[in-house]
Amino acid sequence: MAKELLKGNVAFAEAAIRAGCEAYFGYPITPQTEALEHMAKRMPELGRVFLQAESEVAAINMVYGAACAGVRVMSSSSSPGVSLMMEGLSYIAGSEVPAVLVDIMRGGPGLGNIAPSQGDYNQIVKGGGHGDYHPVVLAPASVQELIDFTVEAFDIAEKYLCIVIILADGSLGQMMEPAELPEMKKVRSVKERPNWALTGARDRDPNIITSIYMDPLVEEELNRRLMAKQAKIEANEVRFRELMLDDAEIAVIAFGTSGRVAQSAVKTAREEGIRVGLLRPISLYPYPYERVRQIAGKVKEILVVEMNSGQMLGDVRIGNEGRVPISFYGRQGGVIPLPDEVLEEIRKIQSRINASE
Amino acid sequence: MAEKEWIETLIYTKSGSLTELGTHYCPGCTHGISHRLIAEVIDEMGIREDTIGIAPVGCAVFAYDYFNMDFAEAAHGRAPAMATGLKRVNPDKIVFTYQGDGDLASIGAAEIMHAAGRGENITVIFINNAIYGMTGGQMAPTTLPGQRTTSTPLGRDIEVHGFPLRMCEILSQLDGSAYVVRRSLHNVANIRRAKKAIRQAFEVQRQGLGFSMVELLSSCPTNWGMSADEALTWIEEHMVEAYPLGDYKVSPSIAVTKKDEGR
Repeated sequence: MAKELLKGNVAFAEAAIRAGCEAYFGYPITPQTEALEHMAKRMPELGRVFLQAESEVAAINMVYGAACAGVRVMSSSSSPGVSLMMEGLSYIAGSEVPAVLVDIMRGGPGLGNIAPSQGDYNQIVKGGGHGDYHPVVLAPASVQELIDFTVEAFDIAEKYLCIVIILADGSLGQMMEPAELPEMKKVRSVKERPNWALTGARDRDPNIITSIYMDPLVEEELNRRLMAKQAKIEANEVRFRELMLDDAEIAVIAFGTSGRVAQSAVKTAREEGIRVGLLRPISLYPYPYERVRQIAGKVKEILVVEMNSGQMLGDVRIGNEGRVPISFYGRQGGVIPLPDEVLEEIRKIQSRINASE
Repeated sequence: MAEKEWIETLIYTKSGSLTELGTHYCPGCTHGISHRLIAEVIDEMGIREDTIGIAPVGCAVFAYDYFNMDFAEAAHGRAPAMATGLKRVNPDKIVFTYQGDGDLASIGAAEIMHAAGRGENITVIFINNAIYGMTGGQMAPTTLPGQRTTSTPLGRDIEVHGFPLRMCEILSQLDGSAYVVRRSLHNVANIRRAKKAIRQAFEVQRQGLGFSMVELLSSCPTNWGMSADEALTWIEEHMVEAYPLGDYKVSPSIAVTKKDEGR
């Protein structure tokens, strides 16, 4: 299919439709509302389910219900709305049903603002809701990646019976750029739904979907099952992109929009002769710790750039295992760092390296 | 004298829509009765294989162990939202929730209100026993003024805790509600009426007429600190006055159905 000019929010909604999403439940919140509006128009046209819920609390529980029926289902929201979904996400994780969520992050805490931010990193990547679980988290840096990762999210969710969250921000949701949508996938028939789905106990024993296990030993079995699943996810689903790291003395590590800004800065720094490269983690869970460890073994210093107060920084430290100094440059409150600001940080690090030699 | 020949006549059997498992409910609790009524209605309608239930958080959290059909367990109060998701992608299935007063009228007040407002084509069985059972007898939104609970040890003071919510009266005001009625389980005559109402509610859903809810005034002898008998009397003497029995909303299209059935 040819490239077309697409707005991020519309693009991921249409991508979900083409990936076979049968039901969408959501609630308006800036800066992701265009996704809900696109679904409102397109889903009924295709004979699929769209429903505007009374709250994000209800929306995620509608997702939970439809997920129990074995259909591809999703919601999308932005930071304050996603906070309200945490209870439902924990139940979905405990019940081991597949679901997809897109979080178009905005400035916070509290009501914050509607400008782009990466302030939900800890909440989304580390679990978010109560109890012991990890959603798979993918961080796009372009409208094309927003499309591709949304499509992939449904496959990953079904493969592992888990939650997949696309963690993007307001700039990606609102941005228009050329991108290519996938072909329309056929929606599964009722008969093709998975054997665990709630479709009525006809010619089989009843299916029960629950997240309560009163016996601690049985609950522990669930926890162990989730851990085993996470081990598989950590082995198979680590994703990252990188640029000019082969001979780098400085590694910039940044995800999503920060990664895109950092990429410009890295390219300019290279033109100035600074040996700098970029690691852009795509999967924030599972995190590319091993790649960070390898990079830390080769470079002299790491710079982490984020649109928050340093939330991914902790994961870089885990991967670094104390090998090299790490500095952090962040903008908060809905401010996107400029490439020049990141470039200036890279130059400072280069001067430190020069001074120590 | 010759021995009389015994003739065996089966007058009662356990519903096929219930499992063989004994329930965990306290002696004298009416959950067992409401489970049986629902199961019998499902049997009589022949819809067990097309029915999906949603259990609440509360004493009935393990209802799925007792009903012999597909079942999900919702978060506290969210059963109507979960039922909405399930029903919208399974429009030809019968979806019902089973919720207590804390679940439905307190933490889930928004979800039940909007499910009714949308005319969501689901059936809600609402167990009103005026107390939180599972957590050990705290005040519910339906606790009567003056009623002692572990969180209102001197009795519910309306100056502090306000007034009970009457959910049938509230939900019947919504245009999406097709069938909203209150029944009681305190004696046989009322239990029979309750069963008819449950049947009607499931019929309403089967015919796609909109939101249906049957509220059942129920007993909680353990947390009320009464014997089973005293508890049933307490429903009759106190709860029925606060929560009058009756049909709060019966949409005109159902009235037609009823007449047709009568012919």
